[in-house]
Amino acid sequence: MSRTGISTAHSVVEPTSGTRGVAGALVVLYAVITLVPLLWIILTGFKTPSDAISYPPKVLFNPSIEGYCNLFTTRSRQTPEYIASLPPASGRCEQVARDTGTVVAGTSNYIPRFINSLIIAFGSTVLSVGFGVMAAYAFSRFKIPLKDDLLFFILSTRMMPPIAVAIPIYLMYRELGLSDTRLGMILLYSAVNVSLAVWLLKGFIDEIPREYEEAAMVDGYTRLQAFRKVVLPQATTGIVATAIFCLIFAWNEYAFAVLLTSGTAQTAPPFIPIIIGEGGQDWPAVAAGTTIFLVPILVFTILLRKHLLRGITFGAVRK
Amino acid sequence: MTTPVTTLAQSAAAATPAPLATRLRGLSDRSVAWLFVGPTMLLLLAINIFPLIWTIKLSFTNFRANRPNAEVLGVGIDNYVSVLTDPDIWVAMQTTAHFLFWTILLQVLLGFTLAWLIDRKFRGHGFWTTLILIPMMLSPAVVGNFWAFLYQPQMGLFNYAVSALTGIAPSSFSMLGSVRLAPWAIVIVDTWMWTPYVMLICLAGLRSIPDYIYEAAEVDRASPLRQFWSITLPMVLPFVMLAVLFRGIENFKMFDMVNLLTSGGPGSATELASITLKREAFEKWRTGYSSAFAVILFVAVFGMANIYVKALNAVKNR
Repeated sequence: MSRTGISTAHSVVEPTSGTRGVAGALVVLYAVITLVPLLWIILTGFKTPSDAISYPPKVLFNPSIEGYCNLFTTRSRQTPEYIASLPPASGRCEQVARDTGTVVAGTSNYIPRFINSLIIAFGSTVLSVGFGVMAAYAFSRFKIPLKDDLLFFILSTRMMPPIAVAIPIYLMYRELGLSDTRLGMILLYSAVNVSLAVWLLKGFIDEIPREYEEAAMVDGYTRLQAFRKVVLPQATTGIVATAIFCLIFAWNEYAFAVLLTSGTAQTAPPFIPIIIGEGGQDWPAVAAGTTIFLVPILVFTILLRKHLLRGITFGAVRK
Repeated sequence: MTTPVTTLAQSAAAATPAPLATRLRGLSDRSVAWLFVGPTMLLLLAINIFPLIWTIKLSFTNFRANRPNAEVLGVGIDNYVSVLTDPDIWVAMQTTAHFLFWTILLQVLLGFTLAWLIDRKFRGHGFWTTLILIPMMLSPAVVGNFWAFLYQPQMGLFNYAVSALTGIAPSSFSMLGSVRLAPWAIVIVDTWMWTPYVMLICLAGLRSIPDYIYEAAEVDRASPLRQFWSITLPMVLPFVMLAVLFRGIENFKMFDMVNLLTSGGPGSATELASITLKREAFEKWRTGYSSAFAVILFVAVFGMANIYVKALNAVKNR
């Protein structure tokens, strides 16, 4: 992007420092406003239920771990006499529960739902990237009849409204015994993600010079060995970026999850909104669950920032 | 360039076990191609195409998924006729159109402006850009859920902010409870979430314009406004179109965020096409009818996807 051939200190197209300052201030203002909702949720996770719903909204408050405790436990209300008769609380959450007139009765479903999210996201990512890299290589290097039509077909599967697809999938999974199973969700998310994987990876593999494989094949590698030992190592960055995109999709998915799972295979997104406390939604617990669920996404966004553009446009825009 | 290839080739030659190589040499490029494309195609046939055919078949019957043992009768095109003549469907389509129009308009205006400002390359613009991108990476369902909290009329942050800025009492309006305001509530959240998407694509467009074009315009004494109209806008336009089409397709199928924010309510004020489809299919269990509606939506999305891919290729081949 550097300008050449202009010897003056300022290029004519260089914005003046005044414009820059104003532009910077406006962008920073937008960024701050846009992040307030997110910060508010993170803060709410550390409030007590009464602080969370107080008016005017409390910016300064005594931090509490009640939200996180309520997220991970179920509690039952007891009489003050019964609580007074118990031995001293064994953990901090037990103490928090007793302060509000309850005792911890067991663990909540958040951890199993979170584990389901992890298994389904990673399982479907491995499948879709595995299948995707093979198909992408074939589309990149070989003459395949109707190549453009096949690629369009692959992309169009992702354009389908999830609810429309969910009707027959629901019936099919009921017949096959895949309803509410992790395997069923892994297969479904793989099918949704494989289109993204093929398109993204084809772009990355197109960028690897064919000469590398051809040289290896001249020296006795078979096509498969050249793919495994020459192309795959060269495509590592692309494969990792694609995998993260697939992970994020599967992690965030809600429509299929809420319609096709109800218990054993339910992921976190349909579970978080139904965390209920006494007398309505337990907002600090919901906020705590949301915060824990969002942290991996924040990390991935920062890792991916150079490839984001490519990922969100199916490889159409590269710079 | 020669040296690495030679070393690579040498190491390749050294590393290749001869018998295996001869055994696999029989595998032609043609078979490798089919072997490699096969799994993806099988997966898509099983999870996408087979269900699609099933949907089309069901759309000509009176099947109800909650009564699997009832007799299934063919009803011809009756389901299609009743979908297309159902006033509720048309209300849902209007609601969807309103949602599409305003989200895309706002996102393009805000996204382009932001991209233009970021392209002034002030200090730290990379850092702030990354921060701005965060909302679009989040789970739409979780976003819908926490915005429902921000929109609470009694204690929500949104009502508080509006009241602090305008002086309206924070309990005098309810973004999600009012038929008049709820359609705007979903537009605001969608704009909050997806403006970064449009911004990122516009930014790529702005950065694709070579500096020498502006320098030439400067030599010709074109005013900054003239430069913007005659250079910047036309050159960014294909990128904006790409963003618009993509947002159009995504918002046409919008389900998760709105389902958690309003579930289509109050009444049917925010009932988008996908939410109507979910009610018909999974609450009223009119499987045949909803299959017909699903097929109609398929065709609409497929048409849009076709245009989208053409636009993708146009941008790519520039």
